[in-house]
Amino acid sequence: MMSKENLPPVWNRVGKHGVFPEANHDEIARYNFLANLNRYLATVVSPGNKIAYEKRVRPKFQAERDRDFETREEVREAMKKDPHYQAWSALRRSSMEMRQQAGRSLVLHQANELAEKAERLNQGKDTLKLNPDLEIPHYVRVVDHHCMPGSYYTELMEGDVTAAANYDSGLFVTTTGLLGRMNDGGGRAISQWLKTEHPEFQPKRILDIGCGLGHNVVPIAQAYPDAEVIAIDVAAPMLRYGHARAQDLGVNNITFIQMDGANSGFADRSFDWIQTTMFLHETSSKSLHRIGKEIYRMLKPGGLTLHIEQPQYSEDMELYEQFIRDWDAYYNNEPFWSKMHDIDVKELLTKAGFKEEAFIQIAVKAANDIAEGQQAEKTVEDYGRSPIWNVFGAWK
Amino acid sequence: MEAIDRLLLANSKSKGKRPYFFDDPAVERVLNITLAVAMEHAVTRERLDTIERLLIAKGILSRAEIDTYEPDTIAAEERQRWQAEYIARILRIIQQELEALENPENNRDVEDIAEELGRT
Repeated sequence: MMSKENLPPVWNRVGKHGVFPEANHDEIARYNFLANLNRYLATVVSPGNKIAYEKRVRPKFQAERDRDFETREEVREAMKKDPHYQAWSALRRSSMEMRQQAGRSLVLHQANELAEKAERLNQGKDTLKLNPDLEIPHYVRVVDHHCMPGSYYTELMEGDVTAAANYDSGLFVTTTGLLGRMNDGGGRAISQWLKTEHPEFQPKRILDIGCGLGHNVVPIAQAYPDAEVIAIDVAAPMLRYGHARAQDLGVNNITFIQMDGANSGFADRSFDWIQTTMFLHETSSKSLHRIGKEIYRMLKPGGLTLHIEQPQYSEDMELYEQFIRDWDAYYNNEPFWSKMHDIDVKELLTKAGFKEEAFIQIAVKAANDIAEGQQAEKTVEDYGRSPIWNVFGAWK
Repeated sequence: MEAIDRLLLANSKSKGKRPYFFDDPAVERVLNITLAVAMEHAVTRERLDTIERLLIAKGILSRAEIDTYEPDTIAAEERQRWQAEYIARILRIIQQELEALENPENNRDVEDIAEELGRT
């Protein structure tokens, strides 16, 4: 009995592992409510913004100015006054805040147990390297991304992993399960693409920059089990949790290191593949260019770099779509998102040293292992949160 | 064991100014409170559902049993449908405002209709 109502999977379907937080009945129910709220907002309320734009906001602007919109900022200023857009925005923001509250209340009461679970899996392993002296980059400190209080890096106690446990347990809710049981649809999609399109490419050393809790690097390491994979991030709670999670899943070829991607100190030409997944839009302009140059320096000749992001804003993209995709930038605390998607990514890579003809750009869809999720994938377009990405990169 | 104030920390604000979308921030405040109440009601409803299912199945009730309850495929779908219907019910006014916008022919002023009916 497949329903037409496009229901998100119950949270019970989320993939669990040895460091995953325990959730009681009511905590699961709270997540189920929020996943349904997000699905409703994405499928019923969000499309109304386009209707309001076409029927109300745009005609009014045209009548007043005697011309059409010329920039997405003009669209945003005009839409801000629209009651439907206001209601959707207020609901979406509220839903994100409630998701953070639900996740934090779930993990904080088991903060000690989670730290102990992680420590048991991490102790004695040389594949986790933390650096308490690492300076957290300004772009991470300046704002709490996705309205996560304390962001990725804040430690509430010794050995804290709550930031990661919150992220891991709640991502399934924000994305309504569309990234698969382990929230790893991005990593699975890119490794499947690479194995299919370039079976001759056998990377021996892989670097993942801004790995977070490693949910996307694990499928990459599984796809290339003989490769040495290095996953770096600036946030200790994410690395502790990510390493423990990978160990528990039986993935032992990843070394998690606390490092800044713009200044990692790895040797020239020391990697075959350098990957980022939904990371670059959380940096800043200068860091992005520095990371680009570092990637070029660290790649071996014949090596590959790939970056999973949302589609760039180009002249071909309608102003309305640019405007609606910008919502997360301003209202879900991802301020660089807007600037990042304006950048000519080909130019970014050629400035870093790559040849123009070596540039590649592809679209990939999340590989999803949930039957309900596959069904939903066809119908949900939740700009900026859809499991369909723009991947750009280059061969060196 | 280090002591952390869970209640406060779970509800703390993220760094970055909070946007308010309505002209009157009080409206936004009420909306946020209402949504939280809506969620808690959903939680209670789901718990009740669990208890009922367990009672029917076994006639025995324990807290641990409720906390470890895993819905089967059919129960999962029924529960998610309930959540979906519940949300649609609470946010009904928004859907209706949209329908009015999309189909203005079905949204004529009733006083005008009264006038018209009086004439025809």
